[in-house]
Amino acid sequence: MKRFFESDLFYSFRKSPVTILAFLVTILIIVTATFANIFAPHNPFDLASLDLMNGSMPPAWYPDGSKEFLLGTDNQGRDVLSAILYGTRISLLVGAASVLFSMVIGIFLGLLSGYLGGTVDNIIMRCAEVQLTFPAILVALLVDGIFRGILPRDAHDNLAIYVMVFSIGLSSWVQFARTVRSSTLVEKSKEYVQAARVIGRTPIFIMIRHILPNVMSPVLVIATINLGLAIITEATLSFLGVGLPPTEPSLGTLIRVGNEFLLSGEWWVSILPGVALAALVLSVNLLGDWLRDALNPKLR
Amino acid sequence: MFAFVLRRIGQSLFVMLVVAIIAFSMFRFVGDPVHNMVGQQTSMEDREKLREALGLNDPFYVQFYKFIKNAVKGDFGVSYRHGRPASEIIAERLPATLELSLVAVLFALCVGIPMGVYTGIKKDSILSKFFLTTSLIGVSMPVFLIGILMIWIFAVELHWLPPFGRGDVVELGKYWSTGFLTISGLKALILPAITLGLFQMTLIMRLVRSEMLEVLRTDYIKFARARGLKNSAIYFGHALKNTLLPVITITGLQIGTIIAFAIITETVFNWPGMGQLFIQAINNVDIPIMAAYLMLVSLIFVIINLIVDALYFWVDPRLKTGNVVARST
Repeated sequence: MKRFFESDLFYSFRKSPVTILAFLVTILIIVTATFANIFAPHNPFDLASLDLMNGSMPPAWYPDGSKEFLLGTDNQGRDVLSAILYGTRISLLVGAASVLFSMVIGIFLGLLSGYLGGTVDNIIMRCAEVQLTFPAILVALLVDGIFRGILPRDAHDNLAIYVMVFSIGLSSWVQFARTVRSSTLVEKSKEYVQAARVIGRTPIFIMIRHILPNVMSPVLVIATINLGLAIITEATLSFLGVGLPPTEPSLGTLIRVGNEFLLSGEWWVSILPGVALAALVLSVNLLGDWLRDALNPKLR
Repeated sequence: MFAFVLRRIGQSLFVMLVVAIIAFSMFRFVGDPVHNMVGQQTSMEDREKLREALGLNDPFYVQFYKFIKNAVKGDFGVSYRHGRPASEIIAERLPATLELSLVAVLFALCVGIPMGVYTGIKKDSILSKFFLTTSLIGVSMPVFLIGILMIWIFAVELHWLPPFGRGDVVELGKYWSTGFLTISGLKALILPAITLGLFQMTLIMRLVRSEMLEVLRTDYIKFARARGLKNSAIYFGHALKNTLLPVITITGLQIGTIIAFAIITETVFNWPGMGQLFIQAINNVDIPIMAAYLMLVSLIFVIINLIVDALYFWVDPRLKTGNVVARST
């Protein structure tokens, strides 16, 4: 612990007020969202507690708002604040899971590509290039669309979270694979790897136990930066109506549903989840940028 | 140079081939094509006949060859939902998307470059810092959220601009409908175009700024100053010209992103373009439209990438000698 507080990383963290703020905001959002069932004043999924009489109530600072619903309610009397907390939980979950998924694919293919070289390397890297021609959002949309075709309609809604994680994960493995591959190429020719080979370790063992730990730090930086991107992609897909269904609303779904009331002046139903999404993504991005600069020896 | 161009064309063909395989597989393996064409009452024998007539019992490579042959002619079959040829429906929607993308790119260039030059020259002024901070926040915001905020502020609260649609359009010939010629068409373009171009604008601004900072330190700028040239001549005649190479690359490559993000902007603003069509197609699992859109967009991407590469040689004559390795992206 003492070592951590004296490290360069902690020093650069302490010296950057913006990073500290971003860190606090991120922690606040993660904690309140994870324990949404404790922090949320109402349960937006409990249909019995919904009262249409409370519908379309503006936030508390308006004269006809109520203290019971701090950020107002939607047309069915659902508390917007609670919906945001539960929605953030799903957004974070899908974002983190899809980054993890793309990280696993990327590391696996990157290691194979860098360590084995030759034809395997060629095939993997050509695939990566083709995929890089297209923006990630288009790839995710396409994968999602294909799943829609394969799965029956009712199954799709139940599996929506997994489909989402899979589509977003598959759309962003390339960056991980490329980074891991180039670091692997460097590590491969070092003496410790040769030594491991001489004593008869299998290639799989060498890749996972010897090379992997040495290529992880850039991977973690990319993962942090991609987390913000994954959350945005998920929100976008949900907003477009091809992501998570209203029964399991993420922030994107909330914004899409609320968007229908925007023109009638009930701005809080869509804008406030949007503010939550922007705050989350901005602070995660700031943390990612800081981590990248702090771990980059050239900038010290 | 010739070898380089040839290699790039080879790569482009490879990309198109892979995309064609994906589009073809969607037809074959996502849902049953026969099931999508016939009604509930069709008997098994009739289905089998249709299957034979459609060539679905042919070997894989024969089917793929036929698919490619039709695709080159622009024939992707009949949309499951609209009952008309997919390419025809896409062609109808194409002008709306292209006009929106064009205005978005122009907006990004015409605002992004001057802002980049300004923040590069006056890097310590308050206005520059304001531009940079706002652009950082802008980059973190999802496109659809920017669109919703725009609608809320400028359409709902201020009533300045229409919140959705394309306004009145004028038909030019058989294939093109334009919104450029009517007041309501132009007004309807403003919000979606800014939404779509904002991200590219901040990108171009940051790029021009960092390139300007770099170029202004070089010797020939000092020499130009020593020659007593006016500031404006130095900044725009000497410095800006040399920042344009990366700007061209990024703008070119970003056109692809613009077309992808047009899907989002079109949904937010209910803009009748092909991005909106694509989303509807995904929702309805309308494979012919999805495949046709995919192939068209890939073709646009590939052509843009080729043009960007060709532009290098035009902008930077040093590359023609072949001594400098092309700055590949």
